[in-house]
Amino acid sequence: MSADKVGAGDTATTQPPMSKERKQQARRRVLRTLLLTGGVLGAAISGYLPLAYAQKQRLRPPGALDEKDFLSSCIKCGQCVQVCPVDAIKLADLVDGFGVGTPFIDARAQACDFSCDAVQCILACPTGSLTYKKPEFLPVRPGAKLAGKPILLAKENDPEPTLNLAERIGVARLTRPESCLAIQGKGFKGQARGPEFKGELRYMKVDRWKPIKVAEHPYDVALCDLCVQACPIKGAISIETVFAPDGSQRKSPVVHEACVGCGVCEMICPTAPASIEIIPGEGWRA
Amino acid sequence: MNEILRRRFVDQILVMLGREAKKPAALTPRAQQAHELKRMTLKADLQATKAHMRAHQAETHTWRNRRWVTLILANLLFVVSFAFDIQILEGALTASRFIGFHLIDLNSALQVMLAHKHIIVNLVIGTATIFVFWLLFGGRSFCSWVCPYHLLAEWAESLHLWLVKKKLVTDQPIDRRLRTVFWLVFALLALLTGYTVFEAISPTGIVSRAMIYGPGLALLWVLALLVFEVFFVRRAWCRYACPIGLTYGVVGIFSPLRVKYTLAGCFHEGDCRKVCLVPHVLDTVIKGRAVDTEVPIGPDCTRCGLCVDTCPTGSLKFEVKGLSKLM
Repeated sequence: MSADKVGAGDTATTQPPMSKERKQQARRRVLRTLLLTGGVLGAAISGYLPLAYAQKQRLRPPGALDEKDFLSSCIKCGQCVQVCPVDAIKLADLVDGFGVGTPFIDARAQACDFSCDAVQCILACPTGSLTYKKPEFLPVRPGAKLAGKPILLAKENDPEPTLNLAERIGVARLTRPESCLAIQGKGFKGQARGPEFKGELRYMKVDRWKPIKVAEHPYDVALCDLCVQACPIKGAISIETVFAPDGSQRKSPVVHEACVGCGVCEMICPTAPASIEIIPGEGWRA
Repeated sequence: MNEILRRRFVDQILVMLGREAKKPAALTPRAQQAHELKRMTLKADLQATKAHMRAHQAETHTWRNRRWVTLILANLLFVVSFAFDIQILEGALTASRFIGFHLIDLNSALQVMLAHKHIIVNLVIGTATIFVFWLLFGGRSFCSWVCPYHLLAEWAESLHLWLVKKKLVTDQPIDRRLRTVFWLVFALLALLTGYTVFEAISPTGIVSRAMIYGPGLALLWVLALLVFEVFFVRRAWCRYACPIGLTYGVVGIFSPLRVKYTLAGCFHEGDCRKVCLVPHVLDTVIKGRAVDTEVPIGPDCTRCGLCVDTCPTGSLKFEVKGLSKLM
């Protein structure tokens, strides 16, 4: 207390000396302030670190910037979710580890089949995370650039048959050739993904404007070519005769440069797990 | 605006940034006179008038009810626009479109601009629209009239106050400068990491998205905040942490819509400070502190109107600056 009294006359310390109780209160307040600081920053960092060290990339909606730029520009409003006619776009949750509230596509559950005709999600995006035209200063991943504007089969006879997409969001790969029905020379009969599957697809022969459930559209083919039938992009995939290492001939789905990475082939593939999958963010390699 | 009010105007900005409200250095002569007259009033007379006022005071929740209805309707409009595909207000609170017009939350926009370092036209349009809107309607009015977390926190607060009354918990205040620090830290994090770090923990965004797109585990963080507020620190997030509040507070500095304090009829009982989310803006109601006979409340005020409802003498009222001159 005596030390306080010495300072009492100074102009700098015009306030009365603090009582012991007040001092203790102040100290506790500092501790609580630190506690809240730690809590909030801890939560923020735990939201960020999984992203910084993410191993697996997620399939983002069409027109998405490269992952890092996408994460920096996405404002997490979900307007892309709202315009999608087939509800392909979902928002990531806390445990997903790729950005709370950012949109992604789980192609196996519901792929983007461009039922909207004009890539509506890009049109809806307010920040340019999804964009028709990437700003010049942003780099283009090797193999991401499409050779030409993709032609949407559904619009093939329209005056403007193309989709306004400059880059692919991924590439389809036959990741499990051993289970592919075409390679085994097998056909397919029935609902592609079983009666319970909720995914939708636009079938031009059924309705040009309204996607229907895949379960409502059973197939019957002598040699399975569901991925080729369902693919919405012209010239992106076809069944070709290929030679196995032992020299024997067989049929196989072959992905071409036109593939935009929409994931319809992955969704429709009747094998479990899917024989053909989208590799998100992957570029085209001839 | 006279020199003394101008000094208070600047002072209130510093108070918003976290400085403690202090006794003013100088008062206008008419304010001094008013304070003097109050001191001269006979104690017995004053007591009698107070008792009379109290006896006739009706408990009103006019502004609170208006505010709750507005807040719920605004958020409901988001929900039904998507759920029933009526497309009036599409998106979430972070960014949306009102019948096609872009609206973008100022803090989210700031985070994206800092992280991405590239600003497209739609982002500018949406941000400018919202900036002008809240400039007109009081900056932090966003907090109490729109933010869904504010409403949850308000309910948690009444639970907290009930527990305080039962002497089961006490309010443990925190240093208010923390919010300014958080604002800077999150701005810096966005700039350096290139990721909108704050958006991942923003309860406003999380609650808004949960209502529109369905609940997720991110709500656990919101729940943790609410529990903290109920048992430890009254309104911790809104008072001491939320950078969104500070962003809108800055917009509110120049807003004409505000609460105005009139010195003459005030009994200095402090009911208003007890219900206030940001009692430091109401320091002017403390006996002897009003620098003028009429004092506008500072920018950290959320214009929630609880003080207006509570004041038994009508000394706190909403005003639109300059409107009285026009009309």
